[in-house]
Amino acid sequence: MTNTRIIFNPWVWKTAWRDSRTHRRRMILFSAAIVLGIAALVAIRSLGEDLERAVDTQAKSLLGADLMLSSRQPFNAELQAFIDSLGGEQAREVRFASMVYFPKTGGTRLARIRSLEGDYPFYGEFTAEPQSAAHSFKNGPFALVEDALLLQYDAQPGDSLKIGAVMFAVAGRLKNVPGESAADAFIGPRVYFPMRYLEQTDLLQRGSQVTYSVHFKFNAPVNEDSLVARLKPLREKYRISYETVATQKEDLGEGMRNLYQFLSLVGFIALVLGSVGVASAIHVYIKQKLNTVAVLRCLGASGKQTFVIFLIQSLALGLIGSGLGVLLGIYLQSLLPKVLSDFLPVQIAITTSWSAVAEGLGLGLGMTLFFALLPLLNLRKISPLLAIRSFFEEQRETKRDWLKVFAYVALLLALVIFARLQSPSWRVALGFSVGLAIAFGLLFVVAKLLMKAVKKYFPASWSYVWRQSLANLYRPQNQTLTMILALGLGTFLIATLLLVQQALLRQIKLTSTGEQPNLVLFDIQTDQKEGVAEILRAQNLPLLQQVPVVTMRLEEINGKNVREIQKDTTNGIPSWALRREYRSSYRDSLNDNEKLIAGSLQKLVAGPEDTIRVSMDEGIAKSLRVNLGDEIVFDVQGVPMKTVVGSLREVNWRRIMPSFYILFPHGALEQAPQFHVLVTRVPNAESSARLQRAVVQTFPNVSAIDITLVLRTADNILSKVAFVIRFMALFSILTGLTVLAGAVITSRYQRLQESVLLRTLGASRKQVLKIMTLEYLFLGGLAALTGLLLAFAGSWALAHFVFETTFAPEILPTLVIIADVVALTILLGMVNSRGLVDRSPLEILRIEA
Amino acid sequence: MSSPILEVRHLTRTYHSGDRTLTVLKEVTFAIPTGSTCAIVGPSGSGKTTLLGLCAGLDRASSGSVILNGIALDNLSEDERARVRNELVGFVFQNFQLIPTLTALENVMVPLELRGEAKVRSEAVRLLQRVGLGDRLQHYPIQLSGGEQQRVALARAFINRPKILFADEPTGNLDVETSAHVVDLLFELNREAGTTLVLVSHDLDLAQRTQRIIRLKGGAIVSDQATQYSFADEEDAMAPTK
Repeated sequence: MTNTRIIFNPWVWKTAWRDSRTHRRRMILFSAAIVLGIAALVAIRSLGEDLERAVDTQAKSLLGADLMLSSRQPFNAELQAFIDSLGGEQAREVRFASMVYFPKTGGTRLARIRSLEGDYPFYGEFTAEPQSAAHSFKNGPFALVEDALLLQYDAQPGDSLKIGAVMFAVAGRLKNVPGESAADAFIGPRVYFPMRYLEQTDLLQRGSQVTYSVHFKFNAPVNEDSLVARLKPLREKYRISYETVATQKEDLGEGMRNLYQFLSLVGFIALVLGSVGVASAIHVYIKQKLNTVAVLRCLGASGKQTFVIFLIQSLALGLIGSGLGVLLGIYLQSLLPKVLSDFLPVQIAITTSWSAVAEGLGLGLGMTLFFALLPLLNLRKISPLLAIRSFFEEQRETKRDWLKVFAYVALLLALVIFARLQSPSWRVALGFSVGLAIAFGLLFVVAKLLMKAVKKYFPASWSYVWRQSLANLYRPQNQTLTMILALGLGTFLIATLLLVQQALLRQIKLTSTGEQPNLVLFDIQTDQKEGVAEILRAQNLPLLQQVPVVTMRLEEINGKNVREIQKDTTNGIPSWALRREYRSSYRDSLNDNEKLIAGSLQKLVAGPEDTIRVSMDEGIAKSLRVNLGDEIVFDVQGVPMKTVVGSLREVNWRRIMPSFYILFPHGALEQAPQFHVLVTRVPNAESSARLQRAVVQTFPNVSAIDITLVLRTADNILSKVAFVIRFMALFSILTGLTVLAGAVITSRYQRLQESVLLRTLGASRKQVLKIMTLEYLFLGGLAALTGLLLAFAGSWALAHFVFETTFAPEILPTLVIIADVVALTILLGMVNSRGLVDRSPLEILRIEA
Repeated sequence: MSSPILEVRHLTRTYHSGDRTLTVLKEVTFAIPTGSTCAIVGPSGSGKTTLLGLCAGLDRASSGSVILNGIALDNLSEDERARVRNELVGFVFQNFQLIPTLTALENVMVPLELRGEAKVRSEAVRLLQRVGLGDRLQHYPIQLSGGEQQRVALARAFINRPKILFADEPTGNLDVETSAHVVDLLFELNREAGTTLVLVSHDLDLAQRTQRIIRLKGGAIVSDQATQYSFADEEDAMAPTK
């Protein structure tokens, strides 16, 4: 019979249907293993489409304008003429960082200040409370203040807020800014006020980091391409940046795509895990069907026919799992925006994506097919002799089973192709697949070693109940390894996340202990230097460091203009390194977080003829492809300054102290416009607040960064990110538990026999229950341990190589993870084993007979 | 004498276990005429079941040949042998070997459905009624007693009108009373269908009801004798008044 005829043979379909009748519930449970993976993928994929649609339809309101030009310097005459020539409706904005002060409570905090003139946003609007404040703040000395900031200082609309020298009244709570996500607020609270009060604040001193922007609304449609063509030369000449609706759409679209593709890959892990569970369940299922297959072969069924019968059942299982997954995914899709709310800058309208539904069904069926093929192919080799002999020795297979080799290759290819569907490029898909294979491989090895070790070193003197429960893990047709893999992977993801988060936060905390500086005051003008130092002295605080800062840009490297270097894309110098504003300083010695690694430090420039030899951070030197002796011309706020690379330094940037990419000797920059940074150590939050209050009241332009604020910000951001990742890791854990439920039910009859036998031999109900509970305890414990061991290794590697910090995991949270996984395993195992100990031995013996 | 339906020539079967080679059957040769009945007897481990498996095309011989209804099984692939089994062979197993997920009726229909025949239900129902299970059609094997399961197996064995029926210890798992009933049914159906019967058994009384007994020991035939049993005796054995 040809393959096609076999597939369409009615008997094959009829038998597949009939044979499934008595265990359909069990098969649905097998299929449950892929439900969560598919659900995650459908939900994320649909959300992705919702996001793209939202970015598409809300692009204008995301930018709030048709065009935005911005510059780090006030627009010069040529730029101003250009801006005027563009016409349309215009709005101006000046952004900078400054302290804000709440007189009612005396609270001060560094905030992102935005002064506004005109009707920006032209499209969309600020979300505020009351909403009228989104417009009314422009009518007088009012400020629209980030909700979180008001909450932090217990301030209300109507309260006063001092920014620089101006006292504003809080017009309302700022909830959302078009085009910015809620996560933006974590970086720093935003405060808007009308631009006509900007000058009165007296905050724009030379040296302050300020961004000047113009927003445009064109009355007639504008050809973006020709607009961009006009903007490009200006961008290079004056280092302005611009954003159009198209660039905003592209940037946001890419950001959103990265987000959902990352989530997709996490969802895909759950699917792969579930598919391993399905394959394992089918493997056991097939083993239980050996006799049926042998009888069918005796009665004249061919190997292909029996293979197709169970293939149909497996595919049906995949279809049911995918179908349920799709339904769950559609429901989850409505939950995801809530989970991701802090990271989404757009309002999302939830729509069911039929392409995501089709992809979910296809993925579920495909994964089931490829994973099921391996156990199913064994069916072809089952001898009909099994029907008359329960045991016989097979002739040793000498020929390689090419079909099996093909199945393995097909499975690997399918994994890469499916991973490609979830990732932006083949490279990422391959990297992900290899990473996944390594993770699975490591989990497999660790799980195997642990299982072996437990078996080998288990104390023989322990009571029978303990020994029996352990032996149960090794019963024939067990799925222990699969379950450990599934539960272990989930534990690994969650534990790694927790450990890395801890390591990062500890690193920041460490810098705030001992005698390390923990408060930085910056934007201090030269004439304010002494005054600020005086405040410190009055409050008995140490002046640990006071350094001048001069802003500058690169003009030439070895005689070549940076614009030309930028045009040459082959030189490998990153654009940011060429375009950035360098904040440099001058001194004649190194700090204790710096080490000279090449050349020598010039202490003083003797005179105008003397060469200025700067010291560069080795990292930035590498990025700019410069070395000792190379010539660099800096544009120091309009004045070209020729220098030579005189030395290279290694800088420990993790220390809370002002460090610089470029360090000048004395005698070069003293006359340049500059501001100063002062570093101190405050013993506690109260004295930090007291100092900040005193400084802000006397010198409103001076800003402060408190390490505790940095710590809180980092904690906040990490927690938000971790929440999203944990949410996804939960899918892996739940998939693991589904696999466990499937495995327990698959082996239910075997467990029933074991339990009845034990009871027949005189074991009490309590003893049998204890054996079962301990079995799940071992299983959960081994899985958690496997995941944790790998998580420790992974987090250590991340801490050591990526974050370059010490790895000292906290024990309690990891113990909580173990306890959780074990408790869940026991709970689920016992729920699925319910009723086993209550069956009468006689009843089972009768069934056996 | 009618032409043989089964010819076994110099049949040898060896198994390999590690470095050891175990010869289970040695140079076994015999022929079974169409329509006759024959029992293969012998102690445990004498090679009876191995011989049955080879004769029915369930296994391949290490050497020698099996010719079933003129077809040399040795040259056929497993799937080709499966087709031969479906067309020519009926089976009755010691442990019944009903498919647990199918009802009694569906179990009986399988061989004909496998051939692609339609309208097989009525024949299956007739056979189940014939074996006295007309009221248990929709029962699953687990819902039937041992004797009932073996009667379903008998109905299944005869539904494809086999030319030869292989029975492997058909009463091995049954009590004496049920055994007698099943054996009576087996011979009765066999006679009605004119099928050749080859049965493997420890039970010499059962073997005596066939026309010929082949004794195996250590994998070789130690005797091959006709019995005094005739169809007339069979009919007498069936008669309820006797």
